[in-house]
Amino acid sequence: MVRRLPRKDVAIVGLGWTGSIMALELCRSGLDVVAIERGPWRDTATDFNIGTAPDELRYAVRHDIFLRTRQETLTMRNNSSQTALPIRRWGSFLPGNGVGGAGSHWNGQTWRFLPDDFRLRSKMIERYGEGIMPEGNQIQDWPMSYDELEPFYDKFEYVLGISGKAGNIKGQTQAGGNPFEGSRERDYPTPPMKQGYSQELFMKAAAGMGLHPFPRPSANLSSAYTNPYGCSMAPCTYCGFCERFGCSNYSKSSPQTCVLPALVREPNFEARTECEVTKVTLSGDGKMATGVVYVDANGEEWEQPADLVLLCAYGLFNVRLMLLSGIGKPYDAGTGEGVVGRNYAYQTGSGATAFFDNVNFNPFAAAGSLGAALDDYNSDNFDHGPHGFVGGASITNAYTNGRPIMYRPTPRGTPTWGSAWKKAVRETYQRVTNVGAQGSVMSYRANYLDLDPTYKDELGRPLMRMTFDYQPNEIKMANWMAERCEAIAKAMGAKTTQINRLNTPWNVVPYQSTHNTGGTVTGSDPKTSVLNRYLQSWDVPNVFVMGASTFPQNAGYNPTGTVGALTYWALDAIQKKYLKSPGALVQQ
Amino acid sequence: MNKTRVGHRLRLRHLLAAILLTAPSAALADSDNYVEIGRGKALATAGDCVACHTAPNGTPFAGGLALQTPFGAIMTPNITPDNATGIGSWSADDFARALHEGRRPNGTRLYPALPYPYYTRVTRADADAIFAYLRSLEPVSNSVNRSTLPFPFNIRASMAVWNALFFTPGEFKPDPAKSDEYNRGAYLVEGLGHCGACHTPLNALGANKNDRHFEGGVVDHWTAPNITNDSQAGLGKWSVDEVVQYLKTGQARGVLASGPMKDVVENSTSRMADADLKAMAVYLKERGAAGSPAPTPVAASDSRMKVGEAIFVDTCAACHVRSGEGIPRVFPKLAGATIATQDDPASLIHVVITGGQAAATATHPTAPTMPSFGFRLSDEQIAAVVTYVRNSWGNAAAPVTADAVKAIRAKVTGAAD
Repeated sequence: MVRRLPRKDVAIVGLGWTGSIMALELCRSGLDVVAIERGPWRDTATDFNIGTAPDELRYAVRHDIFLRTRQETLTMRNNSSQTALPIRRWGSFLPGNGVGGAGSHWNGQTWRFLPDDFRLRSKMIERYGEGIMPEGNQIQDWPMSYDELEPFYDKFEYVLGISGKAGNIKGQTQAGGNPFEGSRERDYPTPPMKQGYSQELFMKAAAGMGLHPFPRPSANLSSAYTNPYGCSMAPCTYCGFCERFGCSNYSKSSPQTCVLPALVREPNFEARTECEVTKVTLSGDGKMATGVVYVDANGEEWEQPADLVLLCAYGLFNVRLMLLSGIGKPYDAGTGEGVVGRNYAYQTGSGATAFFDNVNFNPFAAAGSLGAALDDYNSDNFDHGPHGFVGGASITNAYTNGRPIMYRPTPRGTPTWGSAWKKAVRETYQRVTNVGAQGSVMSYRANYLDLDPTYKDELGRPLMRMTFDYQPNEIKMANWMAERCEAIAKAMGAKTTQINRLNTPWNVVPYQSTHNTGGTVTGSDPKTSVLNRYLQSWDVPNVFVMGASTFPQNAGYNPTGTVGALTYWALDAIQKKYLKSPGALVQQ
Repeated sequence: MNKTRVGHRLRLRHLLAAILLTAPSAALADSDNYVEIGRGKALATAGDCVACHTAPNGTPFAGGLALQTPFGAIMTPNITPDNATGIGSWSADDFARALHEGRRPNGTRLYPALPYPYYTRVTRADADAIFAYLRSLEPVSNSVNRSTLPFPFNIRASMAVWNALFFTPGEFKPDPAKSDEYNRGAYLVEGLGHCGACHTPLNALGANKNDRHFEGGVVDHWTAPNITNDSQAGLGKWSVDEVVQYLKTGQARGVLASGPMKDVVENSTSRMADADLKAMAVYLKERGAAGSPAPTPVAASDSRMKVGEAIFVDTCAACHVRSGEGIPRVFPKLAGATIATQDDPASLIHVVITGGQAAATATHPTAPTMPSFGFRLSDEQIAAVVTYVRNSWGNAAAPVTADAVKAIRAKVTGAAD
């Protein structure tokens, strides 16, 4: 029997970046807020203790702070002619679990998307004509502009204390920054990280080729910082345990370092951990959410009534919760109708490996976001006309780790075990670097999320099914980028290079990128979007959805900066408009 | 929590911020009990009553904390207004008598774990206000075993002798030669604040060594540092504003409140009015300096220092920085830190063995943590690194022996001798 709890003003599903920011700000607006998180509580002091935090086997290999597939998994197939099967171990992407979510174990690259990214369809057609648009695409303009989001990007960056060098302040190009970025009001809150020798070579080579390298914006802080919430951080020690790890040094921006210390002091905040929300409950006519139902660690079911429901789980799980709750019309790939699950997208990874003589790159002195990048081939910063593809990639040279178990680089063709492998590892470790391209993926009719007809979870609910493969446009783009990367690697002085093309069909097993986007996209037209421009459900206006599931298609960047900006953007609309007059903020 | 209660709490918080502890007597004459309760809450906060009268994860003020004394553990009593197990049947006279004389309503004696040698200085009006506040709490039934001390300390009558030797009853008398602010600070520090209970060394019978008032004491294997105006180990280099900032936020001059002071800052001083904190700081700074003279630092070439430096670089420098400067608001500064130069190195040894967490306050909500290193550093290694910290970057203090580390380790971890 479901037991009903006393009403709250706000129920938040998930306590990662977006949930913790929403909770803090709405508590400060005077509302009673409950956040319901299916994983455990985690804080720096107890969970990311320096005595145990840098344990590669426990965290990186055995996925200690990631979601367990026993809790939730997906079924996956490359196209709709196949039968999808459940993922038994996370590989290609690694959803977080517990308070802080993926914001605890991320690397910390915090980008702003480019102004062109927000009006991609219009921009492409204006510049190149309809002919450039890939077959079967569902590319959409975003319903808000870069300029509208700028103050909210700024807010998120100052909460995180991002280290970087601005390239464009109030329209003025800044030496040493990214000249392609949108105009920003002010510089990053902390200076860029110290670059390694490999990045020095990369920046010099790229500049010599007429390209525009700059230090990556980083949530691994270069100096001590106290954010507007009063939370303090220490400078990064370049220990190399960022991605897949919680930071024990208070150096990586995470909900634990930037938001939770302030949030837990709010008297009208409550967190319920190890409680999994199973659905959003709706009024009889289906037009309003009445709260959420969740199952606690003992398997007991509770109903939490609330006036406002915010879906702040990882993007894929927000999509599934919308489908399970019957909010919005599910996408039907056969007819192309419906919206929930539509426009799922991912990213491409390609590049070149560069082998040197007589260098010591010291890859163990690393950090998640330490690295240099260039945007000359991203978004529409270059002429796509001669190439016949849409999209682009940020190109980087970086070390995120040189850890002993998983970082064992060897040239292609080396045996994978035995004395020859050991010899190659020994010779290669200090002398290899990589120039990589993280590429956009467009939205297509054929790539989508829906409920699996066969497989169910422990609670009897259908798993979500992912249907995805790289399309010809992305393959062409990624492989062209790999050649650009190889040219830079050669200019860096590599003795030999090895080009890494995009592997197809897409394979869910090896780690690639946790940057899943789409499924509950934001847009101007309810026929092609789930959410209006304030990330409010078109169908159920007291439900808002945060996270990368709102992106209409993916970009050549890490998503967290844009996820954060969108959160503050939606929050602003909730505080200034919705709370004064609850209801649809955009009329259909 | 429903909205009404949140609103009530917020209103109360604002009201309290407006009430200084030594509010004019006009407020006392006010028949509005709500104001009296509010003033009593602020006074109980200044006295940090909640810290001792709350069991781990227990209801505030319901008692049951095992207070460790050199003579054994004393379980703190329930001071909620429950008739059977708390102070529900007490009168205001009973309460004032406990505070001022250390006696229960039936006349039997309390142990000075209730710091009545300090509370005797609290005015009757303030005692009544605190009583009014405690009476406003929700009664909680919680029987506490009040007979945990071993023989002979379990004989309460023995306290008559103790009192005859060490207890001087009597309300606070202001010094007419000093400013009102100084006197207000003295009233708080020497009375409700009972700062000397930790910061003054104890004699063999558990009474303060009054000739060494505020020169630093040891409580629960932590050093409560010298808080006279001494410039080697005390507050000599601190400004009044820095003392206020420390009490308010738990952080100043690169120092982070931790150990038992974490609780004092979180429960008490961070919630006090700024004017009261300033008065306390003025009093501490003006009342004089006392302490041991600085010794000659142990030479950097000393083998203990070399071993200590190697351990420091490997184990400590990532946070506290090679130069001992630390990171503002996150990792404490060790260069020039008075906790490093106390005569008694207990805090440094304790924190290396067990780790520790800094205070979290509204202005500085991050409460950084040092992990424990006791599991992987030997007594000799801890002695060396503590000696290094006590004698580097301008610090000077007596070296530490492995035996001293061993003794503290046995007590804080229960490790066998």
